[in-house]
Amino acid sequence: MSGLVAAVSGPGPVTGWRERLRPLRSLAAAARRGAFYLALPAALIILWQGLFELGLIRPILLPPPSTVARTFWTLTASGELPLHIAVSLLRVLEGFAIAAALGLILGIGIGLSRSLDQATDLTIQLIKPIPPIAWIPLAILWFGIGEAGKVYIIALGAFFPVLVNTIDGIRQTDHRYVELARILEVTRSRFIAQVVLPGALPSIMTGLRVGLMVAWICVVAAELIAASRGVGYLIMDARQLSQTDQVLVGMITIGAMGKLLDVLLKAAEHRLITWKTTYSGN
Amino acid sequence: MTIAAARTDDLRIGPLSKTFSLPTGSVHALDSIRLDIPGGRFISIVGASGCGKSTLLRIIAGLETGYDGHVTLGDKPITGPGLDRGVVFQEHRLLPWLTVEANIAFGLKNLPPDEIARRVAEHLELVGLAGFAKAYPHQLSGGMAQRVAIARALVNQPQVLLLDEPFGALDAMTKIQMQQEVLRIWEVEKTTMILVTHDIDEAIFLGDEVVVMSSRPGTVKMVLPVELSRPRDRSSIDFIALRKRIHREFFTEAELPFAYEI
Repeated sequence: MSGLVAAVSGPGPVTGWRERLRPLRSLAAAARRGAFYLALPAALIILWQGLFELGLIRPILLPPPSTVARTFWTLTASGELPLHIAVSLLRVLEGFAIAAALGLILGIGIGLSRSLDQATDLTIQLIKPIPPIAWIPLAILWFGIGEAGKVYIIALGAFFPVLVNTIDGIRQTDHRYVELARILEVTRSRFIAQVVLPGALPSIMTGLRVGLMVAWICVVAAELIAASRGVGYLIMDARQLSQTDQVLVGMITIGAMGKLLDVLLKAAEHRLITWKTTYSGN
Repeated sequence: MTIAAARTDDLRIGPLSKTFSLPTGSVHALDSIRLDIPGGRFISIVGASGCGKSTLLRIIAGLETGYDGHVTLGDKPITGPGLDRGVVFQEHRLLPWLTVEANIAFGLKNLPPDEIARRVAEHLELVGLAGFAKAYPHQLSGGMAQRVAIARALVNQPQVLLLDEPFGALDAMTKIQMQQEVLRIWEVEKTTMILVTHDIDEAIFLGDEVVVMSSRPGTVKMVLPVELSRPRDRSSIDFIALRKRIHREFFTEAELPFAYEI
């Protein structure tokens, strides 16, 4: 992605043939990076197909990519897969929105107030390790098998990463900035708005990204157990009929959607946090 | 420019003592410090690291409390931070998510937006960064960032500017440039300047007086007036004589053993 941007916004005035070649060259560089990025998944798919062609894997246990692709196309064309995705996505967005709102509000409150932290810490620490999936029986009892129970599970799962990272981010406020604010007699509300929250933003964004990922995992878990639509249901339904190709379509869809959501949040993070220069690997 | 503080009161320190209690015992940081600093003077405080010179500055800033003695600005005792005293730290402490102008405006309050804009623009010009209002701190060099920090400290028009080793992290070239800048700003603003440094040259180049401190406990060993006209020539005989005198204050004890060996 960044390669394409570089290719588009690259050169200024064109002078010689070297200059004229530059956009082409940066386009080639972008293509190289893209190819490098896709190389490993492509190799895995080729290996998978190859093992099938050699007769080393039984298609009933693991259908080849060609079959999975065909099933993917059939399910997409019939509108079945898009419907399941839409249903799951809606559940995720509902649950995540609730989790993000509660996690941010409570996290900021706890982060700023030591007494609120003391009062809630043990409760949070005790509930946090319980996997959202363990709540499913209770959720079904409380909310039935409708939407509310699933949204509850999703919100619960996404809530804690948002909460914990928000508190962490606020607590990491540099004491040197606290001193600076004291010297300049900055008001508490301004201190929170201009020092604490912007400083906590990277950590908050991490919390949101992890929360969204957990929400996406939770929706599938919730749908595996009690649902009549959704990507999790698609997998469960196919398992009962031993349609492993459909199971794989469901699994790959989950992976792809998770990646897509993360890319979107990462882009939002990039727009929000322009000031940070961090290490991104060699 | 007419942005100088309306008046600059005298700063009276002393006798001032400060003891830190640590888990490992108590440290006697400052002992009976006594300094009278007339308004508008440029005072350099020089001492080895750990001599308590930064503690002294932090007490004047109001960041450090729980000391014995008095510090008064005019007739007002100092009990905490206040806008009549600005501070420039060794690190610029600019907020990385705010632009240069927002960083300078950070300490301004209860002012109409156009007044804020006017003051920020004035002080940006004062520190020679007029074109950088919209830049972010990570786009600035170390010297430029420190200029912004100076502008931020001056924008509230303090009577006293406290400089805590402000050029310690800069390279030698930038450092000399910044020293000249600070002198120029001081001549415009007429604020009282208190500079803490371990750089003897810097102390002489800038100060009307050089306060030499000794370590553990920190005491005032000597107050040396610098009666050289500005701009000062660092390689003039008088300058070098002063440097030698201050040098002797620090290194007599340390160099004595070598003297015996020779």
